[in-house]
Amino acid sequence: MFENIKIWWHQGKQYIPDVTNAKLPGIFRGRPVITRSGVDEAALVELCPTGAITGNPVCIDLGKCTFCGECAFRFPEKISFTSDYKLSANVRERLVVKEGDDKGIVVEPSKVRKGVRSLFGQSLKLRQVSAGGDNSCELELNACNNVQFDMSRFGIDFVASPRHADGVVITGPITANMAGPLEICYNAVPDPKIVILVGTDAISGGIFADSPALDRDFLTKYPVDLYVPGNPAHPLTFINGVLDMLKKQ
Amino acid sequence: MKYISISNNQAVSLDSIPELPYEEFLESNVGMLTDSPERHCVNYFGFWTGVYSSGGPVEDQYDENKNRKEYSENVKLICCIADDKTHQIYVSSATVAPEVVYESFTARNHNFEKYEREMHEAFGIQYNNHPWLKPVRYSHDRAGKAETIENYPFFGADSHELHEVGVGPIHAGIIEPGHFRFICNGEQIMHLEIQLGYQHRGIEQLFLQKKKLAELTTLAENIAGDTTVGHTIAFVNLWESLCGYRPGRSLHFSRTLALELERIAIHTGDMSAVCADIGYQLGNSVYGRLRTPIINFLQEWGGNRLAKGLIRAGRTNFPFSRKLGARLASILDEFELDFNEMTSKFFKLPSALSRLEKTGVVTYGQVLEIGTVGMAARMSGLNRDIRSSHPFNLFGEGFTHEPVIKHHGDVYARVRLRRDEIHQSIGYIRKMIADIPEFTEVAGVKLNPQRNMFILSLVEGWRGEICHCAITDNEGSLGLYKIKDPSFHNWMALAQAVRNNGISDFPICNKSFNLSYCGHDL
Repeated sequence: MFENIKIWWHQGKQYIPDVTNAKLPGIFRGRPVITRSGVDEAALVELCPTGAITGNPVCIDLGKCTFCGECAFRFPEKISFTSDYKLSANVRERLVVKEGDDKGIVVEPSKVRKGVRSLFGQSLKLRQVSAGGDNSCELELNACNNVQFDMSRFGIDFVASPRHADGVVITGPITANMAGPLEICYNAVPDPKIVILVGTDAISGGIFADSPALDRDFLTKYPVDLYVPGNPAHPLTFINGVLDMLKKQ
Repeated sequence: MKYISISNNQAVSLDSIPELPYEEFLESNVGMLTDSPERHCVNYFGFWTGVYSSGGPVEDQYDENKNRKEYSENVKLICCIADDKTHQIYVSSATVAPEVVYESFTARNHNFEKYEREMHEAFGIQYNNHPWLKPVRYSHDRAGKAETIENYPFFGADSHELHEVGVGPIHAGIIEPGHFRFICNGEQIMHLEIQLGYQHRGIEQLFLQKKKLAELTTLAENIAGDTTVGHTIAFVNLWESLCGYRPGRSLHFSRTLALELERIAIHTGDMSAVCADIGYQLGNSVYGRLRTPIINFLQEWGGNRLAKGLIRAGRTNFPFSRKLGARLASILDEFELDFNEMTSKFFKLPSALSRLEKTGVVTYGQVLEIGTVGMAARMSGLNRDIRSSHPFNLFGEGFTHEPVIKHHGDVYARVRLRRDEIHQSIGYIRKMIADIPEFTEVAGVKLNPQRNMFILSLVEGWRGEICHCAITDNEGSLGLYKIKDPSFHNWMALAQAVRNNGISDFPICNKSFNLSYCGHDL
């Protein structure tokens, strides 16, 4: 008994009190900032492994970006990555950062689907589906509920059965072999329901975008409520995105 | 000569690999494994011969609908047998025709079971005596399109006493998909069949499609997110050797350090997961939170908690500084205090031990027969550790590695193995950061792969042996890229482990192995 209390005592306070303003340790590649300085745009576009960078004006699509940071190393005067982890958006175009922009990425309240806030504002249960994910986003989604991030305190939880869920969280580029099970799972969630895409692979296919082994039809059939970029998405990116969508700050 | 003998990361010309008649190829490779626990097959794969004899670009293998073209050509097989005593890998080849029926290696040695199933799936090669000839991952370019993941031929039991339990592909937690079919007698598991392939993303083909080094490195980083460091090191070591580039000590240093940090982080997380599955909340929380300072350190060093972006061929964007070394030393000091306190409690808690001991046992004989690697071999007394048998990076240079070996093959052995390997890795890291090499950037490194080469790269990731093989064509582009995650062998060990256990013990058996779905499915 006393040993248990000692262990418990030695752990100290682990939870992050304010998940909306927490500072990340060391360096973190979050939201990029692109200056207007002139560089060899063709070389910059060519550099990106997933085609996230386009020229004239220079833009980075965070839905395609793997956050490898190579562009910032080669063209430090043009691109730098800030430690801003609030990257989630409910409008796909919002994920595109243009040169000269230095404003945060936000969830647009007017575009949040009707009923999401009134129905799920107090309690949101999610079913996660890994559809070709490399297990990195899955690790970070698990971390959302560890003693540090403790997402449950906001009434947001992952559940085992789609019948108990209010929506699905998809990771991975959606392989052809998972397209069927994903749709069955989605259909098993009672209406109204939401869809959240987590990670570069889920949002755009990432490095796998042109693989013939994928089947991303699901995304053309059903509306997406939230895009959470990252490779993998940081727990704070996910938690803040969902909180913004639910207007819980 | 029946084989060519190479060492880890040694590039040789493709033509130098001896080609044998199939019968002799079979006898030679199976014979090498007979009564030799120090030898095992690290890779065995095939490719259409037409791709190389024509000298045409790789894209020609596929038609406009991205289906593999019908080839009248034969399949060339390459088999690689590692010898842990001589530190050599013996490579030989044979050419076969898909329409002919062959004797299987598997009937003589179960090490080859998955490889032959893979070749049966990809090329339609038939074997007359393979005990379990089923597709392994339902790849999009498989030979038999009529075989679909929905109609997988599960082993069944026609009995009034036994019942079947199906789980997945979507599991209860936040984990990757796979379908598990149990045959049970009441609570007792008689048999488990694991069907994978749901995560198949076509990675090996993408390696041939992509041309830029940045794309290839990104692909390697996304093979399995929990082994980012392991797989990326396998790729960059392979690529540098293929280009005839010898990296300096500081690159070897940062790779070795990252690999051991990944080992500590995942092992700690797995101990947390085992505690969760036996309902031990304190262990679950404490080990779970102890993973965080380690992965947060990876972020402090390279900007990403799972070390994506950290390892690059021929260079690094994140030289390891003395300041980072001092910071890591203090993180490890704090980690060790809490880890040791928790561990001394956990490992003497009777209610925990009663769930772990003698649960999910796989014997030495079984792991040898299956050909498991890494932790899943060392838990049962089989010494398989690439760090000592086929050293890479700083291993074999900086320090001599003594593998941690356990003998009981149960969940408890796997948990103790993790505990001891965490201590061992901390020891290695402490030694390393006492002598941090100066980072000197080598300007103008040109990495151009040599033509018509074969190369094999082995890395001991936290889960076990990772093997990447590559062949370049006569333009110096990748003509074949073959990846093998340790899970490829070890899934069978899990299926053996759960036999005769209660079905409620399946979760701890599963977590104690923590195998990769995406690393298997590719």
